[in-house]
Formats: sequence, structure tokens, C-alpha cells
Amino acid sequence: MYKALSGVLGLLMLLSPSSTCAAGTTAEVPAQVWSFKGLFGTFSRPSLQRGYQVYNEVCAGCHGLRLVAYRNLAEIGFSEKQVKKIAASMTVKDGPNDEGEMFERPGRSSDRFVSPFPNKQAARSANNGAYPPDLSLIVKARIGGADYLYSLLTGYKEPKKVTEVPEGMYYNLYYPGQLIAMPSPLSEDGVEYADKTKATVDQMARDVTTFLAWTAEPELESRKRTGVKVLLFLIILTGMLYAVKRKIWANIH
Amino acid sequence: MSKIGSSNPVIKWIDHRLPVFTFMQHELHEYPTPKNLNYFWNFGSLAGIILVTMIVTGIVLSMHYTAHVDYAFDSVERIMRDVNYGWLIRYVHMNGASAFFVVVFIHIFRGLYYGSYKAPRELLWMLGVVILLLMMATAFLGYVLPWGQMSFWGATVITNLFSAIPFVGEPIVTWLWGGFSVDNATLNRFFSLHFLLPFVIVGVVVLHIVALHTHGSNNPVGISIKNNDDQIPFHPYYTIKDLFGLGVFLVVFSWFVFYAPNYLGHPDNYIQADPLQTPPHIVPEWYFLPFYAILRSITFDILFLEAKLLGVIAMFASIAILFILPWLDRSPVRSARFRPVYRQFFWILVIDCVILGIVGANSPDDPVFSGAKWFQYIHLGMISTAYYFFHFLILLPLLSIFEKTNPLPTSINEPVLGGGKATAMAAAKPMEKA
Repeated sequence: MYKALSGVLGLLMLLSPSSTCAAGTTAEVPAQVWSFKGLFGTFSRPSLQRGYQVYNEVCAGCHGLRLVAYRNLAEIGFSEKQVKKIAASMTVKDGPNDEGEMFERPGRSSDRFVSPFPNKQAARSANNGAYPPDLSLIVKARIGGADYLYSLLTGYKEPKKVTEVPEGMYYNLYYPGQLIAMPSPLSEDGVEYADKTKATVDQMARDVTTFLAWTAEPELESRKRTGVKVLLFLIILTGMLYAVKRKIWANIH
Repeated sequence: MSKIGSSNPVIKWIDHRLPVFTFMQHELHEYPTPKNLNYFWNFGSLAGIILVTMIVTGIVLSMHYTAHVDYAFDSVERIMRDVNYGWLIRYVHMNGASAFFVVVFIHIFRGLYYGSYKAPRELLWMLGVVILLLMMATAFLGYVLPWGQMSFWGATVITNLFSAIPFVGEPIVTWLWGGFSVDNATLNRFFSLHFLLPFVIVGVVVLHIVALHTHGSNNPVGISIKNNDDQIPFHPYYTIKDLFGLGVFLVVFSWFVFYAPNYLGHPDNYIQADPLQTPPHIVPEWYFLPFYAILRSITFDILFLEAKLLGVIAMFASIAILFILPWLDRSPVRSARFRPVYRQFFWILVIDCVILGIVGANSPDDPVFSGAKWFQYIHLGMISTAYYFFHFLILLPLLSIFEKTNPLPTSINEPVLGGGKATAMAAAKPMEKA
């Protein structure tokens, strides 16, 4: 049975590429090198902080980050004081107060990121009918993940073939269907990095993708750290169980 | 009656009034087991352990989950972000569902290969099929709870299947939904039922084990235990073997939980459900893909029966057929080791099921090979669906009559013929089995 089983597994591997169906004409997303990939992956702190800056200065005008709280920024290396300052710069609608009125107050660290639009309709209305999605989970919510997001941000190329690009739409090599309502968000020196890194489009795309990979999976570092310990423990335990099994079964055959 | 080895007076006192210790002694310690079980017999106890894991993680998750269309998605994200080790509990539960199906599918195919469904184990087998059905229902209900795009649209597609029932279809769907679309009432009842069904599974599992312990395990040679040389006590031999198997399983499972937790999921389920926006491809979880392929393979009406209804019937029949399997396969030989023809067809069936899974993952209209546009997945699906039913309904009854089986060994302990060699070799090199 074992021999035949391996034959079936081999056949399965042969067939499986056909199951990962390619979506139409959209270009294949090239794999990138990320600090958070691999068994021991961690988020590069400088890149995370630059990425936050890009999000804040470029993306936040249209895209929310509603699942992330300002206090979470402490996890990527901002000091408590910096976090408080970032939060306080935002206006949060709160209430009702004792008089039953809603009121506005400066943000606190415990608040979640304030979204740029109060609701979907307002977002659509301000963006030509297109809805800028919330970015909290975007890296997990797209096939290709971080590689896709990076490719999308750097994929505003001239169309190879003559493609009719309608008014208010933009050509993007990696967007499904290749026509996207978001204009190219990144331009050379679009932000002035606090750490003086040169703000090329490539650099900004990498940084903001790293930042959004963190917002999608803030548990990634502790998950991978725990995973190494768990796997080491289990492999040793299983090896010992195998030795015990051999010993117990020794007199059977 | 009390044969327990303990001289502890407290244990003796209890056991005289409530023989739990005698029971455990009987069923977990002395329980006679064939000595030649291979590693494919590990998957039953493994499935039981996963069931318990799913219930424990599920109960913890339910303490933090909110079953409401406005809060469900966010409450799951709160578990992932703010609950202590919430990400671990959720990823174990999420990947645990996939692991459960992997283990149970192997368990079922083990039964098919070694003829574990044959007399006197027909009811044991049928109870297993009931467990499979309950598992599928539970998994489907659970997948809806995070209220992502695939949750919502999957629920819409699957519940709509019931509208294919003639005359009463539409009212039944409305009744299932608790409204006129998949909405809050649907989510609430799905949560309630998802909480209930695992305990029903536990009940059926108990019956499954009672039935198992009545006649004991089948074994790779498929002949019954004849004397004491054929059997060994369950403990310590199979307890340690099961524990070692559990260790191997946990290594693989942990790799998924810690390093590829979303590998088996669909990215669209990290987008909150939106009834106004249909995803480009609605695909079920991987373990439903073969059944999904069968459902979509019936594209033609037969007389007054519509294609949609026939698809639903075919899908349910693909599992229902397992209930009557013990009466379709009348061959007196259990193990495929001594059935040279059945053995070939068994592997063809395995390949057929894998192909059905691949068909289920692809759009019906896409060509299978880029070179041949006329041969689409829908055609491959039709062929493999037809073969699936052909295997059970025609091939097995015919094989029971015409197959010339190989001679069986005289006993498990002294397998002198054909299969004996394989057993002895496998026993000599246990490393290869893992």
C-alpha cells in the first residue's frame, strides 16, 4: 500500500499546478525578499516606521486602518510619548455626554485609527464611485499578499498593447483586469523620511507594504518565535516516543 | 467482576459501586488488538484527539465571538489581535478543521482498502459515515461564522441548493435562512448549531467505539483473530504507537499553525461580508471540493427533473452510497492485499477523488490543458463523477462475483502466503512506515 500511495502522491503533484488557476490576463506577481518571511522572520523596525509614515502621509487620505489602535504603534518602536502625540493629532467623535450631545475630542492611544470617511457611501462619493478599501487586512486579503501589494504600488506602467484607458481609470500591470480607479499613489520623494532614507518609489512601496503586513498580522513575530520552540519540542518528544515504541514492541515480532 | 489490579482501597470502593476502573481496564488496557496493525490504524484515535481539540478551542473562541452581522468579523479580528494567544487558539481551530478532514479521509480510505466495512462491522462503518456527514455540516456552519466574503457567499450558494427541491424548495430556504436572505438570523442559528453539532458527533463517536470494541479492529490481512498468538493488549502496544503517531501529526500540524496558518484558507475571507458584491470565484474549503465538483457536473435535465436538483441528489448520493457499501461489495475477502483486481481499482478511485477535488477548485469553463480548448473542467468533472458512481454501483458488485482472490494466510501470527511477506517486511523496517 505504501508504494502505491507514493505513486498517487507523485501524480497529485503532477496535476496540482493546473489547480492553481491563473486569473485571466493579469501579470504574474514576482516574489520579493521580505524581512518577515521564513522560519525566523521579523519585521524590520526602521522599515515599519517609514512605512507608517508613508501610510500616514500618502494612503491615509483615502484608506482607513480601522482594526489597528494607536497604542499598537508602540509595538513597532514608537515611544509612548510619540504614540500619544500621533493619537492626539486626530479628532475622534465620542459621546453622548451628560447632556446627550455627541462631541469631538482629541484621539487617545486606546482609540483605533480614525477612518478618513464616516461610511462607505461617503467614501464612494468622494472617490468617483470607487471604494478605497480599509487597509488593516489588505495583505492577508489578496492573493499574493505582500508581493502583490508591492507589485501593485509599483505596477503603474505604460500599457504594452494599446489599451483603452477610460476617464478616471489607470493602467496597472498587476491589478485584476488591469484598470484600477486609484491613481499611482507614490512618486519620487513623495515623503521626506524622518530617518533621511532616500524616498524612491521602490523604497516607499517596500516600506508601506512591510507596515501593512504588520497591520494584517501583528502576531507574526511571536507566532514564529513560538513556532520554533514548539517544533523543536515536538520533534524531540516524537523522537523519544519512537524510541519507547521500539523498546516496547521489541519482543513482539 | 472486579478484576482491577489495584489494591488501593479507595479505587476498590469506587469500582465496586461504579465500575469505571474495570471499564477502563477492559477497554483501554486489556482490549485485545490484532498484532499486525500498521500505521494506517493510527488515524482513528487521531481523529478523536482532534475532535476534542476542536471542542476545547471552539469553546474558548465562543467566549470572545459575537454572532451578529455587524460585529462577527470584528470580533474575530479582536480575537486575533487583543485576546491573549487568541491568534493561536483561532489558528489551531481553523487548521484543525482541515486536519480533521485529512485524518478522516485517510481513515475512510484505510477502511475501503482493507475492507473494514464488511461483516461484522457494517454498523461500525455506517456510524462512521454518519460522523462524516455531521462533520461536513459542522465545518460548513463554522466557516460562515467569521462573516467574511467566502463565509457569506458560501452560505448563500449552499443554502440555495435546497431551493432545488420541487414545490417546497423556496419555503424551505426561507425557513433555513430565518428571513429572505442570508442575514443576522442565519448567522445566529448557524452559530447555535455549530456549537451543538460537535457534541452530537461525540455521541455518535461513542457508538462508533462501542461497535468497534464489540468485534475489535480489522487488520491488514483482514482475517479474524483466531487464537492468542494473533493478538496483543491495547496497552502498552497501541497506546505508545498512537502516541508516536500523534507526535508526527503534531509536528506537521504545528508547521501549518505557526508558519502557514492561512495556506488552506481563501484570502477573500479576510474581507468583511458584503451582500452587494459577489466575489469573482466562490469556492468552498478544500475538503468540500470533490463534492462541489459532483454537484456542478450534472448540467442536463432528465425528464422532468431539473439539472440543479439532479446535481444536489448526486452530491448527497456520493456519500449516501457509502451506507450501502457493505452490500455492494459482497466479496468474502476483506483486505485488498488478497484482491489483486480490487486493489488496482481502489487506487483508481483515489485518483478519481483527487481529480474531482481539482475540478472543484477550477472554473467549469476553463480548459484543463491549455492546448485543448474543447476539453473543459466541466467535462473532466462529468467523467470523474460518472466513474465515482461506476466504481461503487457496478464495479464492486461485479468484482464480488468475478474476481479471483489470492489464498489467505492461515492466521495473523503465521501469515505463510502472499501478504505474509509484506507484513514481515513492514515489521522489520518500521521506519519506512512512518
